[in-house]
Amino acid sequence: MSVEPQTTAAAMSAVDYDDAIVKKFIFATLLFGVVGMLVGVILALQLAWWPANLGLEWTTFGRLRPLHTNAVIFAFTGNFIFAGVYYSIQRLLKTRLFNDVLSNIHFWGWQLIIVSAAVSLPMGWTQGKEYAELIWPIDLSIAVIWVVFAINFFGTIAVRKVKHLYVAIWFYMSMVITIAVLHIFNNLSMPATILRSYPIYAGMTDALVQWWYGHNAVGFLLTTPILGLMYYFLPKSVERPVFSYRLSIIHFWALIFLYIWAGPHHLLYSALPDWSQTLGMIFSVMLIAPSWGGMLNGLLTLRGAWDRLRTDPIVKFWVVAVTFYGMSTFEGPMMAIRAVNSLSHYTDWTIGHVHSGALGWVGMAAFAMIYWLVPRLWKTTIHSPAAVTLHFWIATIGIVLYVVAMWSSGITQGLMWRAIDDAGQLQYPIFMDTVLELMPFYAIRLIGGTMYLTGMLMACWNILMTVRGAPASAAAARPATAK
Amino acid sequence: MSSNDHSNVKSHWHRRLLEGKSAIFAVAVTVGISVGGLVEIIPMYTVAAGPEQLQGVTPYTPLELAGRDIYVKEGCYNCHSQMVRPFRDETLRYGAWSRAGEYQFDRPFQLGSRRIGPDLHRVGKKYPDGWHWEHMKDPRSTSPGSIMPPYPWLYEKTYDVADVQASMTALQTLGVPYSDADISGAGQALKAQSDTIVANLASTGATAQGNEEVVALIAYLQRLGVDSRAALDARDGG
Ligand code: HEC
Ligand code: HEM
Ligand code: HEM
Repeated sequence: MSVEPQTTAAAMSAVDYDDAIVKKFIFATLLFGVVGMLVGVILALQLAWWPANLGLEWTTFGRLRPLHTNAVIFAFTGNFIFAGVYYSIQRLLKTRLFNDVLSNIHFWGWQLIIVSAAVSLPMGWTQGKEYAELIWPIDLSIAVIWVVFAINFFGTIAVRKVKHLYVAIWFYMSMVITIAVLHIFNNLSMPATILRSYPIYAGMTDALVQWWYGHNAVGFLLTTPILGLMYYFLPKSVERPVFSYRLSIIHFWALIFLYIWAGPHHLLYSALPDWSQTLGMIFSVMLIAPSWGGMLNGLLTLRGAWDRLRTDPIVKFWVVAVTFYGMSTFEGPMMAIRAVNSLSHYTDWTIGHVHSGALGWVGMAAFAMIYWLVPRLWKTTIHSPAAVTLHFWIATIGIVLYVVAMWSSGITQGLMWRAIDDAGQLQYPIFMDTVLELMPFYAIRLIGGTMYLTGMLMACWNILMTVRGAPASAAAARPATAK
Repeated sequence: MSSNDHSNVKSHWHRRLLEGKSAIFAVAVTVGISVGGLVEIIPMYTVAAGPEQLQGVTPYTPLELAGRDIYVKEGCYNCHSQMVRPFRDETLRYGAWSRAGEYQFDRPFQLGSRRIGPDLHRVGKKYPDGWHWEHMKDPRSTSPGSIMPPYPWLYEKTYDVADVQASMTALQTLGVPYSDADISGAGQALKAQSDTIVANLASTGATAQGNEEVVALIAYLQRLGVDSRAALDARDGG
């Protein structure tokens, strides 16, 4: 059972890995996971019951929604990625992180950015572009901290003791480089005041740059780094080598090349030039291949270890994560086909797609990694294996409720919008008629989301108990276990 | 045995050339992720068929600009789109579909990706000012069952002339055709346009000072799609 640490496999090495930084990032992941998802649940409540906006400017939907997206993407997912990257590159390269000071600047700088986001977004200080809402002074700090991370990352590679770079590291590297490029170019703007700035791009050009950024923020934060983590932690969890090295090479290069082209699928039927929309659609459809390459490589790594699916909750988390990855990367290309997008765009269908990726893939992968990592970092066993299994089921049922409710709601509303009667008139000319129809689905989403949040809280409790019960010696200086 | 090594793999060219040489690998990644963006974004500036300019679309007035900043600040784009697609049901519901030239002064763009509420790109002059006054205060008073939040604070907070001028200066630097006179005269322009709205509101029995944020927001909403409507209606036949 891989919930137990495998001390036997620990071929001792002389390297003194920096695990303290990994622990910090894990605590931050848990904390901001709770905050971000709690805000998500509040949003879900507001859509089902408007008085939950509270009549206060800081708590209205329009200001809280960016707080949710920024918290779950940059705080929860970001911290989870940093924890996994810092743990795994040390083991893969057999060296301590390049510089402890940089590691700590990275950690505290990132948390400071999150706190400033948590203050500024409810205040309404925003750039008004999805996932790039943070105002220019915060954007500058993000750029600085990202450079610190990049130096630490490439520095670690430079001092490595293992020449070959394992697949996981390719994926991390694509994140480090691409996010820097996206962040800088999408946020180029002219400050008017300390709180407000205007982008150097106008109108449809701004829209195109934004969705080049937006789609690839999904691609290079919510997808490639997590694939990298999958390539490290999934084989660890099942103690088997990755299914195919060759497949990983092909799907890596194809994935990062194709992803960048797909941005215009967010602007189908808009005033963007047709050729650009067509490129976005074609490259999105092609993206199925490398995406499924990754999914298959993950699932097939489990070949011969399927029995563990019944006994080991960590394997359960991985299987659901990878399956949802496959599902959302099948759904996404479908939604990028113009005819389908004409129905799905603007509706809850998009929200269903987002959360099958976010809750199913990102969230479940995070839990799989954390449950595997925590007992190893603290040299102990998980406090309650039963609670891990329970978390798995609550979260999985929660996702299914959320996603199915949103598909139903999205398709219902999309069909109502376009319904035209025999006289050639709109069948539902009153917009609110199409909204009121969605209320039952919003209630179901609220239940599903609350279940998912409950699982998150259980994880926090379980991990805090695990850490509290850990032998004190684990905290003292020790040669870390090698991989 | 480690589950993460490739020791069973023979030494291929990419293994020697790429995966052992981190700098070359990083350069290859950078090239790989740059191609698509360059091919798609550069033509927006260079190709003649880039975003069309539309006759008759003018920059936002100071009051509309203040209103637009409030629209962005309140995150209305999280619930409202500003992009009518070229479908029969959408043109029936909202009006003419959206053209690139209509957005030429939009920084940031506010196309939006969700329609929790209706599209607003053609909402200008759809309702009288008094309707918006009531609606923003209590959406359910005009639209039974609405799930839009009320915005009472917009009736207490005021916009600031110097702040609007700072915005105009920044936009001028970016090439928006505001003259220096436009900027120094922003105070009078704000007053003149808000007076008209205050008068409209008075006729429906609402008392406003004219410097409330909601007045600026109304000016912005009432202007959406109005510039181009005449030209587009003529072209599309409605
Ligand atoms: C939670 C989502 C939500 C937010 C946030 C929101 N709205 Fe709405 N809005 C709606 C819904 C739903 C309707 C349709 C019912 C109604 O008229 O209230 C609507 C209707 C409108 C209408 C009438 C459109 C028409 O054609 O009838 C206007 C104008 C409007 N909203 C402006 C705004 C502005 C300005 C903001 C930001 C300050 C805003 N809304 C924020 C949901 C929202
Ligand atoms: C308890 C869990 C969660 C709940 C209840 C929840 C709820 C919500 C709600 C209500 C919205 C607004 C939907 C709308 O506009 O109609 C939303 C948007 C969003 N959420 Fe979540 N969420 C949760 C977790 C997450 C996680 C873990 C992620 C990412 C890792 C995520 C990413 C997003 C994104 C990206 C959007 C914006 C989607 C878009 O613009 O199309 N959410 N969420
Ligand atoms: C091959 C892979 C994928 C493709 C081609 C794809 C395609 C799409 C399309 C067509 C949309 C709808 C755009 C619209 O109508 O507005 C969309 C939205 C979205 N997708 Fe995907 N998707 C893919 C994978 C993923 C994954 C794995 C996630 C992550 C977790 C994800 C997160 C999102 C988000 C957050 C949005 C909402 C953006 C917004 O409107 O704010 N996607 N995607």
